[in-house]
Amino acid sequence: MHDAPSPTELVAAVKSFIDDAAAPQLTGHAAFHARVASNVLATLLRELEQRPAAEASEAERLRNLLDAPENADLAAMNRDLCARIRDGQFDAATPGLFKHLKTTTISQLAIDQPNYSGLKAALS
Amino acid sequence: MAIHLFRVIVAKMGSNEQIERALESWARRDFGDAARIADLKRLSGGASQETWAFEVVVAGKTSRLILRRAPGGEAVARSSEAITLRMESMLLACADAAGVPVPGVLGVFEPGSDLGESFIMRRIDGETIGRKILRDAVYETARTQLSEQCGAALAAIHAIDMEKLPDLPRSDGMDQIRKYETIYRNFDLPRPVFELAFAWLKEHQPAPQPAVLVHGDFRLGNLIVDAQGLASVLDWELAHIGDPREDIAWICVNSWRFGQIENRVGGFGQLDALLEAYAAAGGTRFEPRDIDWWEMLGSLKWGIMCMIMYEAYRSGGDPSVERAAIGRRVSETEIDLLNLLERAV
Repeated sequence: MHDAPSPTELVAAVKSFIDDAAAPQLTGHAAFHARVASNVLATLLRELEQRPAAEASEAERLRNLLDAPENADLAAMNRDLCARIRDGQFDAATPGLFKHLKTTTISQLAIDQPNYSGLKAALS
Repeated sequence: MAIHLFRVIVAKMGSNEQIERALESWARRDFGDAARIADLKRLSGGASQETWAFEVVVAGKTSRLILRRAPGGEAVARSSEAITLRMESMLLACADAAGVPVPGVLGVFEPGSDLGESFIMRRIDGETIGRKILRDAVYETARTQLSEQCGAALAAIHAIDMEKLPDLPRSDGMDQIRKYETIYRNFDLPRPVFELAFAWLKEHQPAPQPAVLVHGDFRLGNLIVDAQGLASVLDWELAHIGDPREDIAWICVNSWRFGQIENRVGGFGQLDALLEAYAAAGGTRFEPRDIDWWEMLGSLKWGIMCMIMYEAYRSGGDPSVERAAIGRRVSETEIDLLNLLERAV
């Protein structure tokens, strides 16, 4: 299959159209939603760039935390992690847990809301 | 699609003229036969509530007023915990009598009346948008006084005699944990940080405080601020009987600091100053650490509220890009929860 234009190029092209052509002609509610749409596409561009590596390192940490096999599914491991926290098997003092959650959340926010004040506080 | 849009436009025209006529007959009763209505416009329209601004003009004198109204004037169930408009108008009157800065209520209307279920209150000048209040030079003096003013206002709200209040829902910290945990689990979108927050909050419940009237949504966005500071406390629809620390903590939740993370109270002030003013105005003397548990609960609640708003998109109920996008703000509350947990453990 072809990959030219790439997903990144396609999303970037739509974002340019919204920012440079469409948004300047809009007012009121539609202008607000155009701004939201542009921000969503910026999120998507960060996602395309950062998610593969972030998920790979998340999966590796989860395998260590849960003692899971090499081919374990990421969503299934996160469910397992949630269940263990919920039933008290894991808590904030569990070695590696807090660091894992913080690293994962920082990676998520770097995609979702990279300017959020709480992210800067977590990194400092 | 086109036919649907046409119907919506016709329905809105109809309701606009109908509301103007109903307001005019109310104004003539209360302001005299010469009263007329000017500048009626809809300010916002949630699914649960309409807000209209209008003026009553009598002999060149203008009163600027607000109509809060159930959609289409019909009593519909607002969000599961929201109180009715009638109760909200009663609360405003109680708060007014207790010295809390609130808009005066001029008229209350029953379901089935010309205006439908609604009430009219005065329109207060000032700003509600958090980022402007925190940034604009005109609020520089206001920002230095807001912590004390919020402390005093909260103490006055929490001191209101509960015998005089309408029958409000009761909800303490554990009730809210149970409620939001059920909502979160029903989405079946597991988030390990929320699991840790739920577990930690349950394990570290603070001793209860005597129950008081809790405003329920006391934060920038729901406060009118002018150059002198706090001008009015709005949006009482989440009021309930509960723990006073809930209100103090909610305005400290980082989501309501609008980027000014170093100022724990609303992005403008320090908690010591608010608590000092709260105690000086007759409230219980709390220490900042008494607020920590409630601030964590507040961040967790807001995270799940963002999931609820995203669910409106996911379920097909609201296809707007804004509802979809808010799902990517849940992680903001996760980092806030982790920052709070890191301090706590």
